[in-house]
Amino acid sequence: MTNYLAILRKELHALFVSPIAYVVLAVFFGVSGYFFYIVLSFYVRQAAMRQFGPYPFPMDVPSLVMESYLGVMSTIILFVLPMVTMGIFAEERKRGTMELLLTSPVTYSQLILGKFSAALIFLLVMLVPAVFNVWLLVTYSEPRPSIAPYLIGLLGPFLLGAALLAVGIFISSLTENQIVAAATTFGIFIILWVLDAAAASSTTTWNEVLRYLSVLNHYDDFIRGIFDTQHLVFYLSFVFLGLFLTSLSLESERWRR
Amino acid sequence: MIQVESLTKRYGFRTAVQDVTFEVQRGEILGFLGPNGAGKTTTMRILSGYLPADEGRAVVAGFDVFEQPLEAKRRIGYLPEQPPLYTEMTVDGFLDFVARIKGVAPADRSERLQYVKDRCGLNDIGSRLVKHLSKGYRQRVGLAQALIHDPDVLILDEPTIGLDPKQIIEVRELIKSLGGDHTIILSTHILPEVSMTCQRVVIINAGRIVAIDTPENLIYQLTGGQRIEVEIGGSAAELIEVIERLPGVRKVVDQGAQDGRRLLVVEAEGKTEIRPELAKLIVDGGGELYRMQPERMSLEEVFLRLTTEESEEEAAR
Repeated sequence: MTNYLAILRKELHALFVSPIAYVVLAVFFGVSGYFFYIVLSFYVRQAAMRQFGPYPFPMDVPSLVMESYLGVMSTIILFVLPMVTMGIFAEERKRGTMELLLTSPVTYSQLILGKFSAALIFLLVMLVPAVFNVWLLVTYSEPRPSIAPYLIGLLGPFLLGAALLAVGIFISSLTENQIVAAATTFGIFIILWVLDAAAASSTTTWNEVLRYLSVLNHYDDFIRGIFDTQHLVFYLSFVFLGLFLTSLSLESERWRR
Repeated sequence: MIQVESLTKRYGFRTAVQDVTFEVQRGEILGFLGPNGAGKTTTMRILSGYLPADEGRAVVAGFDVFEQPLEAKRRIGYLPEQPPLYTEMTVDGFLDFVARIKGVAPADRSERLQYVKDRCGLNDIGSRLVKHLSKGYRQRVGLAQALIHDPDVLILDEPTIGLDPKQIIEVRELIKSLGGDHTIILSTHILPEVSMTCQRVVIINAGRIVAIDTPENLIYQLTGGQRIEVEIGGSAAELIEVIERLPGVRKVVDQGAQDGRRLLVVEAEGKTEIRPELAKLIVDGGGELYRMQPERMSLEEVFLRLTTEESEEEAAR
């Protein structure tokens, strides 16, 4: 436990003193804030037009806003997370501090979980404005909607981010070059993203498999406010797989060089 | 304290370390000497638990580094060739982190931190960022990092590389003062360093151990005696004859004159000290004695002879 906390603390320090963290946060806050504004004003206008048009019918503005807003957010997350994970192991290897970590009485799981937890905390910080925006939606809507679907919605970007972080950490453990790590991670994220589109075209068995593997397919229910354990299980197994592969990669490195 | 038995490590088809066997007693300082690429770093990485060996075993402080890695790692302080430093941390912050992951008890942490800072001369720079430190200070932080959990065994890979002469002397003194409390293995390719700091030397070349002994014995074995440099004034020719008649002296080599002084190399049999008699002889013989010392170069010669013999053998194969 002491080891895990020490690694976590050190990793948080490393993340938050690096300029990359602030660039990532600034870009993410800026872009997601902008989209929130666009989406919100679009639906408010739509609702107003419908209400005063010839055939008025009710529209659930807050849930539509959340769905579109968090939908866009998944894409932004996909783009910025490689910058967060690229250095996690690559940097240690480049600086030679990997030798310090691996010659200390620290187990692989303490090391990997410590680093993963720090990345998760960073992800939570990234999502602070999203929480605030969703809170605005819920508080200022008339009539006031129930809070539960919105909390479930926020779980979406968190779980998606966690799964992507685990993949990114695995990629970072394979190389000592941060740029290579970032580019590869980004490539894999794009493939995961495209997989969704490829699977949407038809309903053959192969496409069913693709659809199940697509990280975004499992995301959609969350942002509609629907909680289904199969999606939770999917993301958690994704995280587990990523971290497990990381431990294999660290173990095999000792035998390779 | 350290037992190494027939360690072998291959990288692909290249054998980096072959059949390395040695032992180190508690409190001893052992020097690892060899040309670049001889397998020093590989051996040290295996001992520190960073690399697994293909064959053989290594036991440090009673724990096998492959079978009980965590226990062994708790008792080893390791300074790699490139000091492993987090440059964005302060010296105190970094040492505190290392203390935590090395398992120093929370109650002892500040005391150990103070101790290693005293020992390594880091008291004034605790709050500075590592990235702003000079190479010499970084090396000291590296040493402090290796010492922080009071390990039984210290493994230091080229601890004086890249330092200026004053820093080299300081680091050597520090290492010497650590012997006794800690068992130390240090590697170097600088020969005088070994005779100055180490009690025993392992000479390693092309992955194999060529010799293990004290520096004096190694010189003795190869030259079959001792060599003393003598700088004299006055009539050299007569003196040389007189010296050659001294019991134990095998040969006197005239190295030529400079500024009216003559440099002689006296080769003597056995390990008996002949310097007092030699001095008396020269002074009584009317010579002027300016300087007398055991030949500095000799360990280098030993080293060269051992390592080149080996490669000639390899070439012959």
